[in-house]
Amino acid sequence: MNEPLLRELVPAVIGVLVRRGADFASAEDAVQEALIRALDTWPDDPPRDPKAWLVAVGWRKFLDTSRAEASRRGRELAVQAGPPADPAPATDDTLRLYFLCAHPTLPQASAVALTLRAVGGLTTRQIATAYLVPEATMAQRISRAKRRIAGLPLDQPGDLGTVLRVLYLVFNEGYGGDVDLAAEAIRLTRQLAHLTDEPEVAGLLALMLLHHARRASRTGPGGRLVPLGEQDRSRWDTGLNTEGVAILQAALARDRPGEYQAQAAIAALHADARTTSETDWVQIVEWYDELLRLTGSPVVRLNRAVAVGEADGPQAGLTALADVHPDLPRYTAVTAYLHERAGHLEYAAELYAEASRAAASVPERDHLIREAARVRHLLRP
Amino acid sequence: MKYLLLKHYRGGPAPAVDFGSMDQWTPEEVDAHVQFMRDFAARLEETGEFVDTQALAPEGTFVRYDGEGCPPVTDGPFAETKDLIAGWYVIDVESWDRAVQLAGELSAAPGPGGVPIREWLEVRPFLGGSPAGTE
Repeated sequence: MNEPLLRELVPAVIGVLVRRGADFASAEDAVQEALIRALDTWPDDPPRDPKAWLVAVGWRKFLDTSRAEASRRGRELAVQAGPPADPAPATDDTLRLYFLCAHPTLPQASAVALTLRAVGGLTTRQIATAYLVPEATMAQRISRAKRRIAGLPLDQPGDLGTVLRVLYLVFNEGYGGDVDLAAEAIRLTRQLAHLTDEPEVAGLLALMLLHHARRASRTGPGGRLVPLGEQDRSRWDTGLNTEGVAILQAALARDRPGEYQAQAAIAALHADARTTSETDWVQIVEWYDELLRLTGSPVVRLNRAVAVGEADGPQAGLTALADVHPDLPRYTAVTAYLHERAGHLEYAAELYAEASRAAASVPERDHLIREAARVRHLLRP
Repeated sequence: MKYLLLKHYRGGPAPAVDFGSMDQWTPEEVDAHVQFMRDFAARLEETGEFVDTQALAPEGTFVRYDGEGCPPVTDGPFAETKDLIAGWYVIDVESWDRAVQLAGELSAAPGPGGVPIREWLEVRPFLGGSPAGTE
């Protein structure tokens, strides 16, 4: 039994423990301990029924902890061992965990961590490594999050919007340590799409697949960032693209629009173009208009200006930028690009250099320095 | 023993050579420089001497407490501040000499024409966390 399959069992096992009377926080801790033991012992001694093994070990851990707790407080243990779990479908349990772990009252970083542990079945150490914080810090973040949602009923419908945002955040984190967070986000979103009947979940899944398809071409030699327009499209994963487009089309056919479907539609139009020049920028601008109606987001407005620049020329793009606040991240980089296209090379080089000083990441900074160098080089060959 | 190799945007002794800012170089020179930095970190990992590396954005601000119930006071950013930290490596090495040797290697990062830029790096020993050997 491989690790991903083991991880898939985690939310259902937590669900069983909760049904037997454990509170969510203790059940989740107990299952985490069982998981760590499984990772340690299963390779040499695989169980016949993995789920039953996890339930048994997790339940025992829960009882041990509760007994120790109860005797410390001099109280009787309220939960008795093993009343038969009622046969509610495990899928409901799993869906509830998504909502609970991404509860709107939780800070985003905590919701991410808790989702990865309780729904994703990752260990605290894996999550800590992926997010470059000490394991103790991550453990504390998770237990504080659990305290914050303690007592919330598990059986109420949650906020799907926050769940999707959490999954998208995980996806965008990419690689971290030995865990491929993008692949994990796709797995969790795929599972959620099976549990719900919401076009937006399908939209997010399609968006992830379409972006994931370009992963190999996004970095050049030495880890260099390669922008969409310069990517080697023959390296895009056609299988992922086809699947993403099919999922998106089925979602769009339901006629319940949403921001993830609109974003996926834009990604699908890029996937559709064999070369940059074949890109249907007019349709992309239309989707940005739709996205803007749906979200009113300034980031969308900024990206829309780039698309307008491609569809109607750089001057139109610069005009579209007039509605965007210059303080927005990447504003200067976008302005630089549009000015370069408009032939204002001197100014574009200055703007790229300025944008590099405001970059949010090292690859982005290096890329923008290189763009400045490239444009300056065009000026004096 | 752990040491901090501190890279400055500004500050420190007068530069040995002034190569101008990186956006004035050719794209290939920029690539070579970035590649050198990545290789340097990878090499430290191989020798078991790597602890951490981080880069800092040039803009920040000074902040201090301003009394009970008051929001903190901020000052800056200062465009003309004398000393501006750009980033660091933390290394865990055998000796001070090794730390100085590695800082020297890092300072040989290539600039225009592949010539080492010879930038100044500040080497600072960490104070240990436990009072070993003091009894």
